[in-house]
Amino acid sequence: MTLQKDIFEYRAGAMGELDPDDPLSGQLVELNVGPSHPATHGVLRLKVMADGEIMREVEPVVGYLHRGKEKTCESLGWRKFFVHTDRLDYLQPLLNNCGYAMALEKLAHLEVPERAQIIRVLLMETSRIMSHLIAIGVSAMDLGAISMFFFTFDQREKAYDLIDGYTGHRMNNTYIRMGGVYADIEPELEEQWAGYFEQFLADIDQWEELLTGNRIWYERNRGIAAMTREQALAWGMTGPNLRGSGVEYDIRKAEPYSGYEDYDFEVAVGTLGDAYDRYLVRIEELRQSARICKQALARLKDTRGGEFLAEDRRYVLPPHGDVQSSMEELIHQFKIVTDMRLPRGEAYMGVESSKGELGFYIASDGTAKPLRCHMRAPSLLNIQVLPLLTEGQLLSDMVAAIGSADFVMGECDR
Amino acid sequence: MGSLETVQGALENEGFLATRLDAFVNWGRKNSLWPMPLGLSCCGIEMMALVGPRYDIARFGAEAMRFSPRQADLMIVAGTLTWKMAEVARTIYDQMPDPKWVISMGVCSSTGGMYDSYSVVQGVDSILPVDVYVPGCPPRPDAVLDGLMKLQKKIELERPVQALFKDRTADNEWLEGHGKIQKQPNDSVPQYDPSVGVASDEENG
Amino acid sequence: MSRSLEATRERLAPILAGLDHKEEESRDGMLTLRAPQDGVRAVLAGLHAKAGYELCTIVTAVDHDEAPTPRPQDTGGARFEVVWQLHSITSNDRVRVKCWLAGEEPGEAGFSAPTVMDLWPGAAYFERECFDMFGIGFDGHEGLKRLMMPDAYEYYPLRKEFPHGGIEPDRLYKAWDKQRRQPSGGTA
Repeated sequence: MTLQKDIFEYRAGAMGELDPDDPLSGQLVELNVGPSHPATHGVLRLKVMADGEIMREVEPVVGYLHRGKEKTCESLGWRKFFVHTDRLDYLQPLLNNCGYAMALEKLAHLEVPERAQIIRVLLMETSRIMSHLIAIGVSAMDLGAISMFFFTFDQREKAYDLIDGYTGHRMNNTYIRMGGVYADIEPELEEQWAGYFEQFLADIDQWEELLTGNRIWYERNRGIAAMTREQALAWGMTGPNLRGSGVEYDIRKAEPYSGYEDYDFEVAVGTLGDAYDRYLVRIEELRQSARICKQALARLKDTRGGEFLAEDRRYVLPPHGDVQSSMEELIHQFKIVTDMRLPRGEAYMGVESSKGELGFYIASDGTAKPLRCHMRAPSLLNIQVLPLLTEGQLLSDMVAAIGSADFVMGECDR
Repeated sequence: MGSLETVQGALENEGFLATRLDAFVNWGRKNSLWPMPLGLSCCGIEMMALVGPRYDIARFGAEAMRFSPRQADLMIVAGTLTWKMAEVARTIYDQMPDPKWVISMGVCSSTGGMYDSYSVVQGVDSILPVDVYVPGCPPRPDAVLDGLMKLQKKIELERPVQALFKDRTADNEWLEGHGKIQKQPNDSVPQYDPSVGVASDEENG
Repeated sequence: MSRSLEATRERLAPILAGLDHKEEESRDGMLTLRAPQDGVRAVLAGLHAKAGYELCTIVTAVDHDEAPTPRPQDTGGARFEVVWQLHSITSNDRVRVKCWLAGEEPGEAGFSAPTVMDLWPGAAYFERECFDMFGIGFDGHEGLKRLMMPDAYEYYPLRKEFPHGGIEPDRLYKAWDKQRRQPSGGTA
């Protein structure tokens, strides 16, 4: 451990001094990184004041993907907004859907049936896997390990096949409804899903062989973009970024939702809070997510035939056949589609997303028009902390810092 | 071959040589489209999947994703364009050398998509000319490959060599007859007329 | 499991004892405190210093205008409220603090809330976003500027009177475009 600590201190400390022999030392050059840039993971702009190779000041500029989602929710209404929640963190659309649905259910005090909760857990964990695959694959590609991109994307394609088979689309599925999921999952698909994880876990071992002990990967990530426990908390970090700094906090353990208290899994925690530790946390989270998914599939087998959608006709559409044969269901359908109201008040639901705590703060005034839907995006905070992570370090470390901070502009800008 | 007049005469006759040269140039261009991926949001992920192993865009010679516009000839606008980003997108488009083509991938860049809000450009063709629109939210990578193949067919119809020597304005009837493109001005690729389409100040007062 | 509302209330009672606050009902089981505009900073600082709320989860605002149902009784005519949500990892509970703002127009004297970026640096972007979307000032926030919209944008989008489609959304682009086409500054 001594060697690791030395490297950490060297990188953290030694870069700050000016070089007395260099006449240009101390003169700042403004570099503009992005918004169109291969390594900024979306439309992020960084204004970097560089002193030679050292970044003295870094200022992120966001908003290049601001689509006005919070305003859109007020115009569209609670039900129609599900489609927009997919596009928040578009690497894990189903997780966003679930978070928003759970916020609505919290406000409405609506219970979700058990089978629906299990399906939701399966979809959320698979989404988390897919998001982490991009985080690891693309950040490795940015640092030069280009084959990691192809390996992880191959796994993503296999997962896409499963999700496509279930929801009908690869990405941006909008498959969650208030009170459950849109439709039940078929037994054949459940078996295919279980088969996916066998080869997936074997692949993770291969990637670890490629990266974890790799001297180049280690040198480029150890000691880079480090933050201490106190800094991480003060800057609002949650999720892998917080756990990488040694804080053992996972919403799924601390404030469980959707039945997470019944699943057996561990929380990966780092020690030094640098890019390498965050990478290790994400790799371990892949394994733990696979573990949760296998348990969810086993429970799905036990609950076959259970309800996948609640029956509260104030919020949940009746089955289509009933609409055409029963008068009450027709009226319920009409009322829900045109005039669904949530009780007056507010609610907050924070879910453990792959980037941190994704929160939905919704306020309703009792009418059909939402009063406020604020999405607390972990990516915004992951970008806000970039100056802390990168100032005083070399320009090439900026790429490692961006990859390890892991943000998505769709979520950050909303 | 003798003097330039002979070459010019041979090409102006629109005979075997001219069409063969055009076909040759177009063959080279369409099979080596180097994209400049303007990956703005979710469609950017499907564009990355295009480069991935399953929907290999390298089959079409287009895996060389050049993030520098100076080295690219195909701009794939993948994702929602906002007015804040519009200046950047237009600057990048202007920096691309001719010939250049634009694929608008996804509904957000084609028409604004599901975002009819205060900050979203309602279609990237408000600010730059588009050759192929690929609908979908996001379109499957196969759909984008289909769009790429349609663009390749469009490129096959161009007449870059003949445009060097001949005013093409008068005799494009056969192209119009195909119903594919309108009368071409004197150039090998459709030119973007900056004064068309952008609402001018005189209109709005 | 996280602490229940009663446990949180008990834990915070001694810390909030001298401070001007009131508890409000909430539908999601989170302790919700209402503080006056001049007393909310003391509440937040007290919660940060003595109650162990290391994380600031949310700083946002709600515009209650044009709601067909009457505004809650105790607003005193106020239209905007600012909402903070804090989170304690060590005690595993959350608390929500709200306050009504006196003013309504951006730039008006009462239309501002105290900053918390000295307590939680991570709240800086949240405050900039509130300013960008509503026009709410934050006293003590150095360098308060827009976050999402361009700096030269004149409107505050999330206010209820602002239309969903925006007001001349392409105005800044057209100005840039016109300047770009000038012969002297035009592109190749």
